[in-house]
This record gives sequence, structure tokens and C-alpha cells, in this order.
Amino acid sequence: MEYLGSIVVMVPADSEAGGTRDVAAGFDPESAEWLGELAGTGPRREAALARLHGMLVRIAQGEVRRRGPRLQITGPELDDVAYQAAADALVAITSKLGQFRGESRFTTWAYKFVMFEVSAKVGRHFWRNPGVPLDAEDWDRLPDRFGFDPAQQAEWHDLLGALHRAVDQELTARQRKVFVAIVLNGVPLDTLVVELGSNRNAIYKTLFDARRKLWAALAANGYMGDDTSRSS
Amino acid sequence: MNGRSELDRFLRTDPRDVSCGKAMEMLHIYAELTAAGGPAEEQYPGIAAHLRACGPCGEDFEGLLAALRDEAH
Repeated sequence: MEYLGSIVVMVPADSEAGGTRDVAAGFDPESAEWLGELAGTGPRREAALARLHGMLVRIAQGEVRRRGPRLQITGPELDDVAYQAAADALVAITSKLGQFRGESRFTTWAYKFVMFEVSAKVGRHFWRNPGVPLDAEDWDRLPDRFGFDPAQQAEWHDLLGALHRAVDQELTARQRKVFVAIVLNGVPLDTLVVELGSNRNAIYKTLFDARRKLWAALAANGYMGDDTSRSS
Repeated sequence: MNGRSELDRFLRTDPRDVSCGKAMEMLHIYAELTAAGGPAEEQYPGIAAHLRACGPCGEDFEGLLAALRDEAH
């Protein structure tokens, strides 16, 4: 490990190819230069790390500003999220350097990790807000979640009743937990990842399977699909 | 869009959906192709299907695309 200010940087295990020419073969010139410098040693590498860190901070700040209006984070805390995301992205990038295959510019690949880190930090921040339920099942929220018009309850009452029954009868305990948290309680998927100690792919797959089961159940009873005459 | 069609859109799954793992792995390639005006959806229909259905991955994609477009200007 090396240190860049307070930032811990992992030297990639597969950087033994060494030398700019070997590491960078086949990449566009700018990406090749980045790889050569970051896989090297000494002042040249330190300078590249500092330059990359500055770029990641700028990208992270732009991203938190873009997401800002939809977040319950403002001011210095938002800037903290950006700096933390940039620092953790730099750790991810340097530890995964050997995985960059030149299918995009190096900086595009690097910025991707900033997006992942901003998402993770925003997800953790949401969970620090008090009063966010995970398991509470308030089915009265469901019409509003999907924009059903209260004035036309007679038209969607049966449909949502059928959906509730399908959740009760078709989903596993895990699928139900994820569906309730995300759909009924509005818990962001990345927050659920933190709470359940899981990962985005696993939670998404659980929700995907739940959605597929629920749609099939509603379709089997005439509420979804081509013939939806039972409910408007 | 009314509640019924919104519910249908949410529950309906696309069998081409590659899930988060693959989408996150390929996001930089997909975003760069999109930013360049290339046929990203046609070339990677499974990733396109996933980004339409997955809020967090869609958000990451929009962010990366915005960063690339900002940098280009």
C-alpha cells in the first residue's frame, strides 16, 4: 500500500507487467499513458495519482450536484459525499487496474467507479434518516406509488386486491421483504443492499423474480396481459 | 400514464435483462458508445433493457453519460 495524502492506494497485484510499453499495449494513447504511469513507481506514479484524484473529485462533485435535488443531503455534507466517493473510487481503480481492457477510454472506466461510490454513499446516507420503515406494510400507500387516481378507486380496487393476494401467496419470504421495502416503503435499492448486507445484483434479482411472479399471477387472473377487461 | 399502466410497466420483466452485475461491468462501454451517438441499444439490448428497469443502474448510467458530455464541452 502507498499513501497519497490521507488516501490509501492499493498497488494492483497484476501490475507486474511493469513498463509503460508492456502495460499499455493496444490502448488509445491517453489511456496507455494513464496505465503506464499508474502501474509504474515513484514520483511519476504519485503525480498521476494526484492528477487522477483531482479529476475524480471534480466528477463526483458534478454527480452529487446532479443528484442533489432528489436527495435529502445539502451543503457541506453533499461535498463530503463527493470527496469520500472520489477517494474510494481511486482505491477501487488502482486495485482493479489490471481489469481495464481498453474497451473505452481509461477515464470513462475510472469515472464509472465514481458513480458506483456516489450511489453507495447516498444509499448509506438514506439509512441514517430516522423513521424509514423496512418491514412495515402499509398497503394504503400502494395506489399513490403507482399513481392510481383516488377518485376512480372502483376501477382499481380489485386489481390492487389481487396484487396483495399474489404477494401473500406467490412470493418467498425474501422476495416479500424486498418487495415491501422497495415498493411499499420506498426504500432505495442501494439502501436495502446495506441493510441486508447484500449486493445490488442479488437484491435486483430477488425483486426481478418477484415482479415476474406477480405479473404472471395477475395475468392468470385476467388483470394483466392482452385481455385486461377485468380491471381498467 | 395511469396507475394501471405504471403497475404493468413495473411488474413486466424483460427476459433480455442482463441484471446489475453485467450492466455494471459494461457500463463504461455502453455510456461511451451512447455519448458518441453510437447504436448502444441495438448493440447491447440486454443492458438497455436492464437500464430501463433498474433505478440505481439507470442513475449510474445517466451520471456517467452526463460526465462524458460535460467533459466533451
